[in-house]
This record gives sequence, structure tokens and C-alpha cells, in this order.
Amino acid sequence: MACFIVPATEAVITTVATKALQKKESQPEKVQVSFDGITTTEAVKIPFSKKLKWLNNLLWGGSALLAFEHVWHGEVTPFFPFLTATANPVDAAEMLQEMATAGVGMTVLVTAVWGAMLAVSHMMEKHAVKSAATLPPAK
Amino acid sequence: MTLLTTIFAAIICTVLWYINAPESQMNTGILCLMYWGASIMWFVDAVFEYVEIGSEYFTPAPIDMLNDFYLGLSVVALGLIIWLVVLLIKDPKGVVKAVLFKK
Repeated sequence: MACFIVPATEAVITTVATKALQKKESQPEKVQVSFDGITTTEAVKIPFSKKLKWLNNLLWGGSALLAFEHVWHGEVTPFFPFLTATANPVDAAEMLQEMATAGVGMTVLVTAVWGAMLAVSHMMEKHAVKSAATLPPAK
Repeated sequence: MTLLTTIFAAIICTVLWYINAPESQMNTGILCLMYWGASIMWFVDAVFEYVEIGSEYFTPAPIDMLNDFYLGLSVVALGLIIWLVVLLIKDPKGVVKAVLFKK
């Protein structure tokens, strides 16, 4: 009914946080890395704000496409009150229930997937730096 | 069906992103994340529906399947339009700017 509003709300918060973080972040330091375990190269780690953008894209993209589905099913209209479920108290209660269950579930799962992406990328970064340490430095 | 259509779109985009990364300037990463985000959300929706109606979830009426597939294709098209607009606005290759400012 309006479950996409919950992830969209988180998307607004994370977008603001990304903008704030981008202003604070300093120039990332250069490190020696090895992508293939044979040669080393000099590179910089991507900043956290860039990784936060992954979450923004997951949330904004998902919410936008889900909102379209709600328009398709006539649950969202381009005119007031925008959400057809708000027209009567019974539907409104059902809508809030859906937001609290499915909406929150979607937001938690998307954030958890992003958390897993962060964990995997952190391990890959560590492995690339560690593997470069065992090889001769780049010329 | 909408979930399946979006998942297949996400997989195809991710494969295309991997083939062309990291030099590609086509911003396909945005498209991947958009489709994956929608897929995760529809997956949660599907879980809730499965809890509600049980195994009936896996035996939809043909007309419902067709309508959901039509919706899925429309969702994929909308995702592509959003990506195209973002690509043209960001203009990483400077193509639009080159058209606007002829030497």
C-alpha cells in the first residue's frame, strides 16, 4: 500500500549523511595493492561516502520502482490524498500495519545486504594490501 | 513474476557491469544497484505474501502472471529510463557537453 515510504525515508537520511561525510572526508592515502597476486600497483581506497552511495542507490532505486508498482495498482495517485488508503480509517490502519511490517522488513534487508557488501569489500581490500606486502614494490 | 523479471534484469546488468568495469563510464553500477534494491524489496513483499497465502503463492492464475510480467517489464523500462537520464545529466564522457559547445 505504501511500504516504499519506509526505505525512501532511510534514503533521504543516508543521502544527507553522504553529503555531510563528503565535506568532512580528507584526501585518501595511497597504498600498495595487488589485484592478481603477481604484480603490485599504487592505488587509493575508495572513501566511505562512496560506499554509502551504494546504499543510497539501492534505497532510492528500489523505492522508485516500488512506488511505480503502487501507481500501477492504483494505490498511489498523482492528486490529493496521494495514497488512496488514507481515504478511510480501516485502509489507513492496514497501510500503517504494512509499513511497519513489510516496509521495515525491506529497509532492514536492504541495509543488511549493504552491510554484507561492506564486509566483503573490506576483506577484499585487506587481502589486496596484504598480498602486495609479500611482493616486491611497484617500479 | 515481477520479482523474477527484476532479478533477471539485475543479474544481466551486474554481468554487463563486471565485463566493462572498471574503465566503463556508462554508470551501469547505478542500474545494477537500482534493480537489486527493487529485487530485495519485492523479495520481502513475496515472503509476506507467502506467509499470508501459503503455497498458493507459487500457483498464480495465468492472467495474474501475465499482468505481473507486464508490470515487471514496465519496471525494467522505467529503471532504464532513470539510468539514461542520470547518464545524460552526469555526462561522464562529455558527449552532451561536446554537442552543446561546438568548436
